[in-house]
Amino acid sequence: MSELLKKEIKKRDRAKMLNVGFDVEEKQRSASYTLLNDQEIGPRTSSRAIELLSIGRALEKYPEFMKKFLWKLVKGNKDEYTQSVVNARPVGYFIRVKPGHKAILPLQSCFYIKAERFKQEVHNLIVMEEGSSLNVINGCASADYVNAGVHIGVTEIYIKKNAYLSYTMIHDWSEEVEVRPRTGIFVDDHATFVSNYISIKGSKITQSYPTCHLKGKDSSGVFNSLIYAPENSVYDIGARVILDGRDSRAEVVSRSISGGGQVIARGELIGNKKSIRAHLECSGMLLNNKGSITAIPILEAHHPEVDMSHEASVGKIAEEEIYYLMSRGISEEEAISLIVRGFLDTKILGLPPAIEKEVEKTINMLDHSF
Amino acid sequence: MPILEIRNLFIEVEGKPILKGINLTVAEGETIILFGPNGVGKSSLFMAIMGFPKYKIKKGQIIFKGTDITHLPASDRARMGIGMSFQRPPSIKGIKLNGLSEIINSDKDNGDRIDYYSKMLKLDQHLKRDINLGFSGGEVKRSEIFQLLLQNPLLSLIDEPESGVDVENISILGKAIKRLLHKEDRLTKRRNSGIIITHTGLILNYLNADMGYMLIDGCLTCSGNAREIFELIQKQGYRECQNCLKKK
Ligand SMILES: Nc1ncnc2c1ncn2[C@@H]1O[C@H](COP(=O)(O)OP(=O)(O)OP(=O)(O)O)[C@@H](O)[C@H]1O
Ligand SMILES: [Mg+2]
Repeated sequence: MSELLKKEIKKRDRAKMLNVGFDVEEKQRSASYTLLNDQEIGPRTSSRAIELLSIGRALEKYPEFMKKFLWKLVKGNKDEYTQSVVNARPVGYFIRVKPGHKAILPLQSCFYIKAERFKQEVHNLIVMEEGSSLNVINGCASADYVNAGVHIGVTEIYIKKNAYLSYTMIHDWSEEVEVRPRTGIFVDDHATFVSNYISIKGSKITQSYPTCHLKGKDSSGVFNSLIYAPENSVYDIGARVILDGRDSRAEVVSRSISGGGQVIARGELIGNKKSIRAHLECSGMLLNNKGSITAIPILEAHHPEVDMSHEASVGKIAEEEIYYLMSRGISEEEAISLIVRGFLDTKILGLPPAIEKEVEKTINMLDHSF
Repeated sequence: MPILEIRNLFIEVEGKPILKGINLTVAEGETIILFGPNGVGKSSLFMAIMGFPKYKIKKGQIIFKGTDITHLPASDRARMGIGMSFQRPPSIKGIKLNGLSEIINSDKDNGDRIDYYSKMLKLDQHLKRDINLGFSGGEVKRSEIFQLLLQNPLLSLIDEPESGVDVENISILGKAIKRLLHKEDRLTKRRNSGIIITHTGLILNYLNADMGYMLIDGCLTCSGNAREIFELIQKQGYRECQNCLKKK
């Protein structure tokens, strides 16, 4: 199968894909799904416990099942972007992990735009059956030779009792690409959803505000993001977590740096049940006065016995820290890059080892950004 | 040739004049002690020598090994051989002490130095922590001297190494600074120089200083034997020094 990927994916695109964690060689991966513009390659899986189909194929194979899950967590008429996905020919993946199966190796997917001004419209569905566990790494990128495009991705995720899903997204888009993910997550009793979002190259606009429904008791949702916004880029990102299950827990942590771009970091926690715990943490660092960072934390409580908090801080990079490092013989640029990389510490993500390396590589690419 | 020569230096911080015409020469291998009351500008002098732009040089020159470094960035000065142990260093999130140590040590061929010096300063357990983050007062001081030892600069600017440090740790720091300033070497072989700021004078129990200077009202006054100046301050306090200055 790697042979097919190698045949279909041109050399010059492979490096870019590798940057966002997608390995054409499929080393250390349990399954792969690739979307080049609107052409689907694969999908293929090496494990019988992980079902991976194109969404079109899944609709043919399981029409009733799909009807039960699609467009329930994200409404088709939510906005013009979801509406355009409703009207498009369905492309995207369907992932279902069998009950009790705990996948060791991550499943990888890549959404790749390789034609100028291409509008990529995607619909994904993930169903984690009871007691299952999976790490997904999604690489989203456009080719170097592409300047403008649109990526709209609707993703609906169901995590049943005692199941676990970690969902890591690494983005690397061209300057004029518009990125509009629309995501809904349902989390049942004792189940966990972890989202990691890493984007350090910017794009015209990235706008994402997933809603996570912690319906089950003792369920948990974690949203981490590491953002670097270069000049001329806009990020409007965050997460909303609705804590409906008793003892459910949510954590939203965002670290963003503006190197001249605009960042709006949102977070919304809604506590509805007894003994829920939720924390929102948003730190921003400005490297110059060309950009801006706006932190918008919202806490909403509907039960007296909730424990909800937030911390937000935005400031410029500490000169004192730069000079401290310079006094040890480190150049100003290198000092800034060290502090920036320290600020975007991948250790906060708690990634599985196979993915951690990819993410670290991505963050290290920042060295060439100053 | 002196290692450091400061000529008629005027420094301003946030628009406020701090130093008003400093002249100071440090010879190769020399250790000098800098005294002066709180807030007089001792640390500011170090900051200016190290090259922090906040400490604006309004007039005068700093010459290091015969080169005018007055307008060089701090990193160049560090690479030329100036190092500083900070009175109050910042903590830096996400950068490990080990990571910084490796960068400092990267131009030396011996990788064991980190291991050796971190054990010497009881910091081997701190290497994996973020720089200074949550370090105790004494740990911060040890970490500063540890980094200086790795750097091994020709000129060490050591700002209050023993303030707030317990007896046992002062002894560790004293020995480390002795090593840093080549105090074990014979005079003719001694190459590293240092300026040490102290209020307690305790560091003088561990190493001999060649000279002492007093900083008062933005000027260096009263040079002489470091121990004698220290004893004078102990007896009379700084007020007497100020009076003495007026008489002059
Ligand atoms: N970064 C700064 N911003 C504003 N004022 C400063 C700054 N650094 C120093 N100063 C001021 O300059 C003066 C000299 O400070 P400095 O730290 O050099 O004194 P010092 O002699 O080292 O005192 P101490 O013995 O208390 O350490 C003080 O009045 C101090 O408040
Ligand atoms: Mg001081």
